[in-house]
Amino acid sequence: MLGDEAAAHGALWAGCNFFGGYPITPASEIAEVLARLLPRMNGFYVQMEDEIASLGAVLGAVWSGARGMTATSGPGFSLMQEHIGYAIMTETPCVIVDVQRSGPSTGQATKAAQGDVMQARWGTHGDHEMIALAPSSVQECFDLTIDCFNLAERFRQPVILLMDGEIGHLRENLTFPDDTAAVARQERALAGPDEQPFGGAEVPPMIQFGYNRYVHVSGSTHKPDGMRDVSTQSVHDQLVRRLVSKIDSRREEITRVESRWLEDAEAVVVCYGASARPSLGAVLAAREQGLKVGYLRLITIWPFPRAEIKALNEQVATIYVPEMNLGQISREIERFVSCPVESISKIGGVSLTIQEILEPILKKLKP
Amino acid sequence: MNIRFCGFGGQGIILSGYILGNAAIGEKLQALQTQSYGSESRGGACKSDVIISEQAIHEIEIEQLDVLVAFSQPAYDKYIGDLRPQGILIIEDDLVVPDPDSPFTPYRIKATDIAYKQFGRKIMANSVLLGFVTAIVKPVSRAAMETAVAATAPQGTAEANLGAFAAGFQAGCESA
Repeated sequence: MLGDEAAAHGALWAGCNFFGGYPITPASEIAEVLARLLPRMNGFYVQMEDEIASLGAVLGAVWSGARGMTATSGPGFSLMQEHIGYAIMTETPCVIVDVQRSGPSTGQATKAAQGDVMQARWGTHGDHEMIALAPSSVQECFDLTIDCFNLAERFRQPVILLMDGEIGHLRENLTFPDDTAAVARQERALAGPDEQPFGGAEVPPMIQFGYNRYVHVSGSTHKPDGMRDVSTQSVHDQLVRRLVSKIDSRREEITRVESRWLEDAEAVVVCYGASARPSLGAVLAAREQGLKVGYLRLITIWPFPRAEIKALNEQVATIYVPEMNLGQISREIERFVSCPVESISKIGGVSLTIQEILEPILKKLKP
Repeated sequence: MNIRFCGFGGQGIILSGYILGNAAIGEKLQALQTQSYGSESRGGACKSDVIISEQAIHEIEIEQLDVLVAFSQPAYDKYIGDLRPQGILIIEDDLVVPDPDSPFTPYRIKATDIAYKQFGRKIMANSVLLGFVTAIVKPVSRAAMETAVAATAPQGTAEANLGAFAAGFQAGCESA
């Protein structure tokens, strides 16, 4: 199965019943699968006029009780930034899939890249935290989409599945769970009569449109009951600090990495998404030559696994960071370590090869 | 083993890789297929890589090809340099003129011509070529390939595609 198709199926297993989107290569196959299957499962597929409206439709559907998702690529992701901010401010759980392609702008429309890593983190304005997961196999496209839905409900927050065109358009084996009971679903917490929809708890329960309570949902600064207050400094301060803290204080619960051979590692390759595949091949090849090279794959990109990166600083001489961009995560790693960080970057729509990652490692460790 | 199908968009390049990958999975092997195409719906440069292995597959981009199947001259020119020494080269004989100085002796098949003359449809050239590749390269069994071809063929065309596959397979047995 294709990575894109696996993400669409993962959404269905997670209980997604609303998709609003606008087709774009290399993400269109996600919409194609959901357009075919959602109506048969009493769900809704809506093709909107653009990506701004697409995410808007998702947010509206979620407030009326749906589990909603949209999927796009770089140019559409740029357009969605406004509503991503709105989703953060209104604490609307939803999943946004970005199948990254070569940019800026139209770039190489059909070719893969990993250039939206920082846009996922800071694309929308204002202080905020972000949750973004990066799959590096077709199986993970399925599994992590389910995780994205659960994280979105758990934290009442938009969650980004940060795919790339290489993984989205990759075909390999996928194993479905035995039955729906095998998929743990985080249910939506709904507010009781005395509970506030935008305060009280750090992750407050939601109120839904059309039920027994009125709710005011605003992207403007608001009080715990949802009513606007855009002039009181403390109201804004408390709201935005809570929105940041609900993620930041639970980093350990959210961040996930896959590590191999770190115990004896003198150098380590830190990787994610499509670049993780040749990275593993390169680390295996280096170890076959007797070199003590470790492997750390970031499954969670945001919040950044800073504890795991800081831990490397004590131990390794060099951190290698292969990415299909000009060093976006490489620079993020530099914020947390004092050892040398060597970016292995490649752009132009072609994946890194095992050899391209292995060469700089051999050059340093086996001169 | 890895194989690259390459040519123009619209020739069934990606579908060929998809069918081969599915056949490998049918034989309980690990298979990975990637694709690269232009923004044109037809006529752009197109390739589809398949890696088949008994072990987990790490690489995505192939550095040295075991088999190159070229459906067009530009694709041949672009990728012949990626074929490893002693690698297998297969060309669509009516669309590719190989470099006379190249060390590779190609296996040649007029797949488009066979598909049109014997089956009335040029679009089945990729089924002919898949039969040819199966006979020469033997990436998976003939039966697994036929199952995958039949499963992928548009409704009502399975028999014709299997006929095209058989014609290609026979041609392959004669060339091998």
